[in-house]
Amino acid sequence: MSTPTIDGGALADGHWHDSAHGRKGFFTDTSICIGCKACEVACKEWNRNPQDGTFELLGSSYDNTGSLGANTWRHVAFIEQDSDRIEKARESGRKLVNLGMPTIRPRTDENAGAQPLDGALGAAAEGRTSAGLPTTPELGVDLLAPGALEPTDLSNVDTTPPDTADFRWLMSSDVCKHCTHAGCLDVCPTGALFRTEFDTVVVQNDVCNGCGTCVAGCPFGVIERRDDGTINTPTDRDDRKAADMDVPNAGTANKCTLCYDRLVEGQEPACAQTCPTQSIKFGDRDDMVDQAHDRVAELHAKGLTEARLYGANPNDGVGGTGSVFLLLDEPEVYGLPPDPRVATKDLPKMYANAGIAALGMVAAAGLAFLGSRRS
Amino acid sequence: MSTSEYDSYRPPEPEGGRRKRRRGGRGGSGGPEGPGGRRGGRGGNGRGGGWKNRGADGNREMPMVEDVEFTSYYGRPIVKAPPWGDEIGTYLFLGGLAGGSSLLGFGAQLTDRPGLRIASRMTAIAATGIGGAALVADLGRPERFLNMMRVVKVSSPMSLGTWILSGFGVGSGVTFAIELDRITGEKLLPLGPLRKVLHGLETPAAVESAFFATPLAAYTAVLLGATAVPTWNAAGRNGLPYVFVSSASMAAGGAAMALAPVAETGPARLLALAGTAGEAYAMSAMRKRMHPAEVDPMDDGEPGHKLHRAEKLLIAGAVGTAAVEVGARVFAKKLERGGVGGSGGGVAGAIADAVGTVVGTSVSGKRSWKTRAVLRGLSVVSGAALAAASAYTRFGVLEAGIESTKDPRHVVEPQRARLEERRAAGITDDSITTGR
Repeated sequence: MSTPTIDGGALADGHWHDSAHGRKGFFTDTSICIGCKACEVACKEWNRNPQDGTFELLGSSYDNTGSLGANTWRHVAFIEQDSDRIEKARESGRKLVNLGMPTIRPRTDENAGAQPLDGALGAAAEGRTSAGLPTTPELGVDLLAPGALEPTDLSNVDTTPPDTADFRWLMSSDVCKHCTHAGCLDVCPTGALFRTEFDTVVVQNDVCNGCGTCVAGCPFGVIERRDDGTINTPTDRDDRKAADMDVPNAGTANKCTLCYDRLVEGQEPACAQTCPTQSIKFGDRDDMVDQAHDRVAELHAKGLTEARLYGANPNDGVGGTGSVFLLLDEPEVYGLPPDPRVATKDLPKMYANAGIAALGMVAAAGLAFLGSRRS
Repeated sequence: MSTSEYDSYRPPEPEGGRRKRRRGGRGGSGGPEGPGGRRGGRGGNGRGGGWKNRGADGNREMPMVEDVEFTSYYGRPIVKAPPWGDEIGTYLFLGGLAGGSSLLGFGAQLTDRPGLRIASRMTAIAATGIGGAALVADLGRPERFLNMMRVVKVSSPMSLGTWILSGFGVGSGVTFAIELDRITGEKLLPLGPLRKVLHGLETPAAVESAFFATPLAAYTAVLLGATAVPTWNAAGRNGLPYVFVSSASMAAGGAAMALAPVAETGPARLLALAGTAGEAYAMSAMRKRMHPAEVDPMDDGEPGHKLHRAEKLLIAGAVGTAAVEVGARVFAKKLERGGVGGSGGGVAGAIADAVGTVVGTSVSGKRSWKTRAVLRGLSVVSGAALAAASAYTRFGVLEAGIESTKDPRHVVEPQRARLEERRAAGITDDSITTGR
């Protein structure tokens, strides 16, 4: 990060080994995301990221951003699903819960003891089928913040959105995962990528020489080189340069810094601060994970078995992510990899193979000379 | 709410999300008993089930793996391809060529084969120079290429590779300077008393260069392997280093065959033949171990064409090389005369040989000249074919990886498969997605 801290070297150096900073992270609760894209805008404004694309419509619901990239560090995904997909998501989530020791009450118990609910949730509850499976409107209701489920004077008003019984809209604000084992950081040959005192992963744009190795190293496809290189979203971005704009840090790798410049000032990242529904929460990573566990248990208790956490497991292929997500379907539905694995985990084996291969080549060359000795 | 045409748009259903996969191309290469056999029995994960019913549409082919049903995010890529273009492909080829050539040069020095030594050293330094320039050109900020030397990072194959290339370049450069000095009759370079020092450095420099030669040929496989790009990563885990050193041996052997006299390139031919055998074997073994969705980009489209072309050139080159080798052994005496004449001429590569043949003509008879010309021609053609095969392999693998990032299927299917495999084995605590 090229932004200096206010009190200069003292803070930047002095805090490097300071354990007073916990690991910071996001908890993005997609069940309460309303798809307003305020996070995208706030991120872009704060970080002064250049325009991405030419404002064309991508034909993917209300997502006209496309994907995370060099100039887009927050990306809100929009997925529209019918009842089949919702049922599948619910089923796959239930299977996930049943892996290992179950701590969630079985659904039948929960139904038996279901309390009449007021408000919108009550309207949804009426839609329960005899099989014990809720029909779909529940999720639409759960898009309200938890506090909105208190008894209100709307109790006898059917607030179920019309024509959406077999339809749901998933919205999720994606961001750099700030992995525990960060592939981009591992493979960076210049040391431009570094781990901050907040345990986040940040690019020093004045050091990066744009080799692009980190782009390939990221299992989530987050980091990207800021140029009109070989990576484009499906829409044609040939005219990315068409707009006359100031492009800072061109030719170097760029990604979310978790607003490093704001963190050192004790501020929270721009996206989290602006999020109107608190779908994006920011704080100590441990707190975020705890909140995530609580929230997913809460949703499961309501029968929303499709809810699941992404990145909260320290045993996963990237050692857990700094940005934890609560998803309502399989990760690939949101464009997230289902089983990411930091590629450098394979390095020892690959180096060993390369070593054997190299020795094999020496041996082959030696034998070649021995084999063609002139008598 | 507005009612634009986009409101009626719905994301594609699973049927639309799945891509038709091409299997014909790999049918004969032992695919069915590969990953299919291993995963075939594990159908109890309850996903889809449609694959079991296949056949109603007339497709009676045994499924190798069950169709993994997934919805992608509008078919958009999950991982990003690195911004690596033809420069990197060129470097992958030239790096291997340089490494192999340096080995040949060192061997030639030890076994007194001046023609092969000169040709190999010239090839090595040219390949290093052009390859290094290509690497710099591919940077987003070429003027900062020296930042590569800020750190030595074991976890970064690119960092180690930079140091390997630099180390190699030093030795290679010194041997080149010595050869250049010799060719120009020790007059061109204004060295003065340093000339003795320079020539004294020949063996140390050759040893140093040879020390870095094979790592230079092998590390690029790790560079590609240590990425999230599905085809590269799977290849790297399943023997890409063997493919790449074989390819390097082939390229270096082929280049030496094309540039040095037949009488001296016996080792180059043997090395090239070992390379062809190694590459053919390592490549097919690697493909068998990879997940079908990771292999597909190596079969389809432009990368598939390139790898296919590489195969053809490899076979043609190997046959030609074998023929030259047999010929060289049968007509060893005739070649020996020509060869001595050639090295007496003392000029690099083809020039040396041309001089050699001219001298040879005057010394020996017409039949000997014809034999040598035929062998030489065949040697040049086969050598070029082998070098081209190596280049096609590198470009094919590079582009297959880039292609594999474009369709999320190549990312999701192998990841789903390994996740399900672990779950089937009772490992349920290492998924990134958790129910609690």
